[in-house]
Amino acid sequence: MVNKLKIEQKQLSLLEKLCNAVAVSGNEGEVRRIVIEELKDFADEITVDAMGNVLVRHHAKNGTVDPLKVMLDAHMDEVGFMIAAEEEEGIYTFEVVGGIDPRQLPGKLVLVGKDHTPGVIGTKPIHLLEEKEEDSPIAQNTLRIDLGPAGKAKPGDYGSFATRFLRSGNNLFSKAIDDRIGVATLIELVKNAPENIELLASFSVQEEIGLRGARVAAYTFAPDLAIAVDSTPAFDLPREDGNENAVYNCRLGGGPAIYLADAGTLSDPRLIQFLCKTAEQNSIIYQFRQPGGGGTNAGWIHRSRAGVPSVSISVPGRYAHTAVLLSRLEDWENALNLVYFTLRGITREILETPRG
Amino acid sequence: MDDLVSFLTQLISLSGLSGYESPVREVLSTRWRPIVDELSISKLGSLHGLKRASDGKPQGKIMLAAHMDAIGLMVSGYSENLLRVTSVGGIDPRILPGQMVTVHGKENLPGIAILQPDRLVNEAHREKCPALERIFIDTGLSESELKETVEVGSLVSFATPPTHMEGGYIAGHSLDNRASLAALTLCLEGLKNTKLSWDVWAVATVQEEETLGGALTSAFEIEPDLALVVDVTFGKGPGATDHRAFPLGKGVTIGVGSNVHPSLEKRLKALADEEKIPYATEILPASSGTDAITLQVSRSGVPCEVIGLPLRYMHTPVEEVALADIESAGRLMAKFISSLNANTMTEIRKEMLEW
Repeated sequence: MVNKLKIEQKQLSLLEKLCNAVAVSGNEGEVRRIVIEELKDFADEITVDAMGNVLVRHHAKNGTVDPLKVMLDAHMDEVGFMIAAEEEEGIYTFEVVGGIDPRQLPGKLVLVGKDHTPGVIGTKPIHLLEEKEEDSPIAQNTLRIDLGPAGKAKPGDYGSFATRFLRSGNNLFSKAIDDRIGVATLIELVKNAPENIELLASFSVQEEIGLRGARVAAYTFAPDLAIAVDSTPAFDLPREDGNENAVYNCRLGGGPAIYLADAGTLSDPRLIQFLCKTAEQNSIIYQFRQPGGGGTNAGWIHRSRAGVPSVSISVPGRYAHTAVLLSRLEDWENALNLVYFTLRGITREILETPRG
Repeated sequence: MDDLVSFLTQLISLSGLSGYESPVREVLSTRWRPIVDELSISKLGSLHGLKRASDGKPQGKIMLAAHMDAIGLMVSGYSENLLRVTSVGGIDPRILPGQMVTVHGKENLPGIAILQPDRLVNEAHREKCPALERIFIDTGLSESELKETVEVGSLVSFATPPTHMEGGYIAGHSLDNRASLAALTLCLEGLKNTKLSWDVWAVATVQEEETLGGALTSAFEIEPDLALVVDVTFGKGPGATDHRAFPLGKGVTIGVGSNVHPSLEKRLKALADEEKIPYATEILPASSGTDAITLQVSRSGVPCEVIGLPLRYMHTPVEEVALADIESAGRLMAKFISSLNANTMTEIRKEMLEW
């Protein structure tokens, strides 16, 4: 009997470091350096490709012949900002990178540039609002990033929300759980890689703006199958009209969410079945993410080369693409173990029968 | 300066919502105890620090008021695993989505002010302006855990950490009006070796954001001859560009208008010129929006002046001030106090006949 992996202080500290890093799509260097540092003593090979993906290979051991090549993917990038122009001393116009609802911007602390220069996105004081002004959303183009009168940034500098990682009991709060929780999961899995397979871990760039990193990573790896590990929205909250919430997507505390179908991928049913079986055999709770929109890097990976059987597993998280996401430690631990036991048990056999 | 930064950082790490100011009062008491002669607490909770006239024969009493309460939220009910809230003080609900907060239940819980997701709201409200009815607090706890810990009436304060910016600026929640309390404290420290002709009453008032009742009742109790109110004013920047706003780091404001007394305006400006303390004139055509509103009409009336600290993004958790302006305010008040003498009130009464 193989023991389950545990999330302990060491894993939490790594997640905290990953979450507090600023790595907006196209500017993933901070997370890239953490990943390389963490895995340099565990991987057989680490390369950084032309896009900036970190491609980690852990070979099969004990003379396994023609091992199954399993790709794991987690994206390093997060949504954020790009500085456009200085308007006056320390006040900058900016653009949003990735999908952020403009209603989530006002009144936030941000970090800008390589030195994490602190700044704020302020708003007009309530005392100065014109009549009815309070009834209209604040448009993004009226907001500015303010680094203080002495603060400096350059056009093209990246920024993110500044919310610090916080763990409170079973709850995890951070700006970048999407998808540093996947990055942290993959790091643990490489550190605890099984010997029966060729483990190919892609720490991908530019997911939030079009799955660009994973597309080329999958080409390079040419895996037999792939699992994307991401964060997916949990809408397990009351509805305004008081009716039953039938569109919750997934629930905090319900375990890892296995994808059936989303806007970009129809998950491979053979992999779904294997995941479920693995979960049940190892007493890991899991849930299905409600089929529907959204998507993960599997959306590109499964169409790579001649096709790659793919599935996604996500840690549920409320309030994706805002200044702070909320996930559960136990969901993370269960997601980690679901992939861990899947990797240990998976064989080429499950791909021998044609896909349903 | 380092001391000012750390003290102000401490002050804006506290909650102290209107009506529940004790966390601030405790920190201020510790800080004021060695620099005043007497500390007392008013019936409504304002902190009074008395620094006596040097010879024990005061020629008058001056009250220095800065409010210590902050805006925030209060739990008004439950909605399954979420909390409903109402505001304490004036809050634009549009700044709430995505804010980290602290829920002060039986224990302090971290939470997020959330905007109900579009897929869960009635069609008419999708992609619409965040209204308070669609903003909730999520602590991550289940409904039953929540009900064990949090009650209707529990306070919710902003948890935005103090942020230090390049060049002597600080951002965070509750700088309105903790920045002024820092200025008031600097003033008291500045009076350490000054010969005082008057009794000086430093007052950290309660409930300014809601009722102005703290300044009203403390003025009644103290019966000052004169009063200075230090509070924040609008800082020039995004959203505040007209004559009502003043640049950060370029000095304090001195009010002119019906809520303040022309003799005090004249004296403060003369002192500021003399001491090269930068200032601007803030016009207050009707009301100052500060404790001076109730102070001015306490008992048989109190001549007041309002010193303003320019502050950006007032009533958001990312308010921003310049440390230099806080120092200027502290210095100006101390200079004014040291200028008070046995003739001050007679002169002021005389001046009133000349308006």
